[in-house]
Amino acid sequence: MLSRLKFVPMRLLQAVPVAFGVTLVVFFMVHLIPGNPAESILGAQATPAKVAALTDQMGLNQPVVQQYWHFLSNLAHGNLGESYTYQVPVLTLVWQRAPVTLLLVAYSVVLMLIISIPLSMLAASRPGHVRDHAVRVIPLVGLGMPQFWVGVMLLLVFAVGTGWFPVGGYGDTMMDHLWYLFLPALTLAISISPVIIRSLRASMLNVLESDYVATARSKGAGGRSLFAGHVLRNAIIPAVSIVGVNLGYLVGGTLVIEKVFAIPGLGSMLIESIFARDFPSVQAVALFVAVFVVLVGVLTDVVYTLLDPRVDLTQRMNA
Amino acid sequence: MSVVALSRTVEPLLSVQHLTIGIPSSGGGHATLVRDVSFEVGPGVRYGLVGESGSGKSMTLKAIAGLLPRGVEVLEGEIHFDGDDVLTMSPHERRRIMGPRMAMIFQEPMTALNPTTRVGKQIAEGPRRHLGLSKADAQELAVDMIRRTGIPDPARRARAYPHELSGGLRQRIMIAMALSCKPALVLCDEPTTALDVTVQDQVLRLLAQLCDDMGSALTFVTHDLAVVSQTCSRLSVMYAGRIMEEGNVREVYEAPQHPYTEALFQSAPDFDDPGRRLAPIPGLPPSLTDPPPGCPFAPRCQYAIESCSTGSKPLVEVRHRHLSACDLADQIFGGTR
Repeated sequence: MLSRLKFVPMRLLQAVPVAFGVTLVVFFMVHLIPGNPAESILGAQATPAKVAALTDQMGLNQPVVQQYWHFLSNLAHGNLGESYTYQVPVLTLVWQRAPVTLLLVAYSVVLMLIISIPLSMLAASRPGHVRDHAVRVIPLVGLGMPQFWVGVMLLLVFAVGTGWFPVGGYGDTMMDHLWYLFLPALTLAISISPVIIRSLRASMLNVLESDYVATARSKGAGGRSLFAGHVLRNAIIPAVSIVGVNLGYLVGGTLVIEKVFAIPGLGSMLIESIFARDFPSVQAVALFVAVFVVLVGVLTDVVYTLLDPRVDLTQRMNA
Repeated sequence: MSVVALSRTVEPLLSVQHLTIGIPSSGGGHATLVRDVSFEVGPGVRYGLVGESGSGKSMTLKAIAGLLPRGVEVLEGEIHFDGDDVLTMSPHERRRIMGPRMAMIFQEPMTALNPTTRVGKQIAEGPRRHLGLSKADAQELAVDMIRRTGIPDPARRARAYPHELSGGLRQRIMIAMALSCKPALVLCDEPTTALDVTVQDQVLRLLAQLCDDMGSALTFVTHDLAVVSQTCSRLSVMYAGRIMEEGNVREVYEAPQHPYTEALFQSAPDFDDPGRRLAPIPGLPPSLTDPPPGCPFAPRCQYAIESCSTGSKPLVEVRHRHLSACDLADQIFGGTR
């Protein structure tokens, strides 16, 4: 079992070139944004002389390639620079905010599974039946509507309207967090569930028609014992990679959703930093997200390997 | 108690009466896969259903096991097992007999085992559910069943996943699984078709021996006449969803009473007479949606006369316990043999 996980360290090393590529793109992209950090720090009233002085002091009038080299050599020492806005190391900011976003993402995945698994079982148990069509069509509405709009609607109904959930914020204790993050996590779950439901339904139908399910039936398995013992694990394997791919998309979704629900996570930090031309913060968040997506890819393969004994990724690595 | 009285009071374990299976369709023109099939299997008897692809033999077996594919239904007839009408059973009652009373071995050992579960656990599943064994006891029974199928190092094999085993080993695992609850009847759907000929022979011997040990009856579906002769004592020959001939294996082999059976023998190679030319059966089996009237084999039969294409052709006892659906059985096969 463990020998099949030998591919993990190698795959983690692959994150290094990916992260390097991301710094390259992000660094040059932020310098394409019109506007000057010095100007935003000093405000609209600042004299051009003061702005020029600060620009010079921050090294922003050096050639961009030289600035990038400077950034890389700092990065090699684990220094991502200081936030222009807050005057503290950006790493500190990222470590403060990352748990919020990671909790939001994990929460969304859990809600997504709670929504998708029963619904796809419902659809697959009677293909072509009214409930199958309902399960296939109704969630598509979630896919079709923009996330921020779904978020705002949930806010209006369940926070402003009924008062069941807070309008925004994050809370202080873990129970608080789960309560505050419920609506935003639900918004994200609604947006990716349709894809997962469809894929799970299709793979469940495949499994239900397979020979080994007939074998299980011939041993007297049926209903719950059949689903739990034979269908679910085999059906979930193809869905795992789809969840993995969609996690990247989910992280993108948190940017907007954190803004809508005023959650102090990486997404809202990124948006604020962009508006403030706080280049080091933007770079740090982008780098963190990139590494996270690579890690999710590795995690997907680990889950895949653990679920399906036929998968052996170490062989492909050696080949 | 006299021997005569004993043999007379033996109830059939499995009784299939006038079974008709089809695919109902709202637009008319529905296909009938099995038509008016009746046969009985006594306790401990090994019974063969022989026929080519599409003859309805597998569907008959699946109907008995309650495993008909989606869309295929029993349209008429009754199936009694151990005195109970299995077609009117609730799904719950059905699940209670599947395993401990009736078990099934499938054609494809490559796909019939759950790929993500260790084979020992798959064997243990039935005994845990039906015999109320603990996890450890069921696992022990599974290892013992694997040992009884002649697989060396059974404890290690029990921990293997299906993809780590060869086709022959997997089919032995299937046999161990089917017999783990000592069923009264084992249904086999071409269990050796996917195997090499050498492995096939070993698996058949093993199956016959284990069924004898446990006193289980066997209903064996195959297209291979040699396999039936090795395994079964009685057989039915099916064609186009109907039984053409039924009799004891030895008698059917020595003196077939239906032109289709005879043609089937002549189209298969015979090791006792290797120089003989194989005689293929001309033509194709009839359409299942629009079968011809009369005998379904008539259009391909070398003996056919006009009356063969009209009326129903019931199975008639032409010799002692030897039935044929051919009107002309007496004329064609009667005097000469």
